[in-house]
Amino acid sequence: MFSNFDFGVIIRALPYLFYEGMTFTLLLTGLAALGGLVFGTAIALMRLSGYKILGRIAGVYVDFMRSLPLVLVIFWFYFLVPYIGQWVTGASRPISVGAFASSLITFIMFEAAYFSEIMRAGIQSISRGQPAAANALGLTYAQTMRYVVLPQAFRNMLPVLITQTIVLFQDTSLVYVLSITDFLGAASKVAQRDGRLVEMYLFAAIVYFTISCIASFGVRRLQARIAIIR
Amino acid sequence: MGTGTYLDMLLSGLVLTLKTAVLAWIIALVFGSLVGVMRTLPSKAAGWFGFCWVEFFRNMPLLVQLFLWFFVLPELLPKAAGLWLKQLPNAPFWTAAIGIGFFMSARVAIQLQAGISSLPRGQKMAATALGLTTMQGYRYILLPMAFRIILPPLTSEFLNTIKNTAVAITIGLIELTGQARSMQEFSFQVFEAFTAATILYLLVNAVVVTAMRFLERWVAIPGYITGK
Repeated sequence: MFSNFDFGVIIRALPYLFYEGMTFTLLLTGLAALGGLVFGTAIALMRLSGYKILGRIAGVYVDFMRSLPLVLVIFWFYFLVPYIGQWVTGASRPISVGAFASSLITFIMFEAAYFSEIMRAGIQSISRGQPAAANALGLTYAQTMRYVVLPQAFRNMLPVLITQTIVLFQDTSLVYVLSITDFLGAASKVAQRDGRLVEMYLFAAIVYFTISCIASFGVRRLQARIAIIR
Repeated sequence: MGTGTYLDMLLSGLVLTLKTAVLAWIIALVFGSLVGVMRTLPSKAAGWFGFCWVEFFRNMPLLVQLFLWFFVLPELLPKAAGLWLKQLPNAPFWTAAIGIGFFMSARVAIQLQAGISSLPRGQKMAATALGLTTMQGYRYILLPMAFRIILPPLTSEFLNTIKNTAVAITIGLIELTGQARSMQEFSFQVFEAFTAATILYLLVNAVVVTAMRFLERWVAIPGYITGK
């Protein structure tokens, strides 16, 4: 069973796996979570703005993104982003976008739909009296959101936001379909080069498992702490 | 392959998507229910097993899990069994259904656990007081209520199962997204291919959501949280 298990393959591949692969994965996860949070909050504010058309547009976007498989969305943006780039920059031909930029845009747009639902729940969890009080104090809508509502919404939703980021961290492995060298992509390239699928995929699984486990353990502790404060 | 129109290709992809999703969903429901119940049992060992099950299947990307089932498992089995597994006809289909099924079972288990623990404690006590065994208590009292409560989240988990079948193109399952991809490669009509697939996914989504809404209304008990 494990008789010809070769740890040497893993050890020799470590620098490649982590410098190339894990850096890409973590950078993509971090930036996509940040971008997704910003856009997601904007979408949530649109939905709660009270303007019918804005709310409609945001709602359709969220429902649309959430009913498509991520793999299909990755393919969509992979082919679409060059054309969007052409349209934005006014170039005469579709511009070439790097693998990283393309997947980053994909994940930001995709995750924005999910983050927006979390932020919407967070904003709605703030009691009505608070924005009313802010309004009575003479704060503008932007100030109310900036100083009163959003900080609390963000804090209340922090465990859920981090959980979603863990899901995002796992989902970034799907850039595999574009043959991009993320952590899993790197593992798979070494696996195929050396014919060592068992070692590399098991190792990749253990690494993903460990990181996600530690992160979700952290979320549970955070949840306990926040629950006491409230 | 190679015969029929592009629409036929896409539709056959859709059928494969649905077949995989339904089989995976059955597996997810069966194992998810068992594990979800185990997590609510008083037994420490059962709770621990349920905890391990959920953490194991939840903390690895689906893609990695599919690779483990598809590439790694046959190598770890005894030679004859591994060979049999590799030569199985339709191996990507079975692997995808089982892999996605187990992956989703962890999510079903969490939902069911939440559903059972949302029931008032008195229900379980009343069942015991009436002389029902634990098994009967779950069968006749707790589970019928819990499943009704978690029907909406289960709907979205079923939709997730359908969407997750697209991940199986990495192990060679040519389902809807895979067919759209090959249509795009044959015809170079990128946007047409993906638009068609997108519309089909939206349609499936709409059908499932509508059907589940009917189911919710059909099983609702008047006077309860989930009823009118």
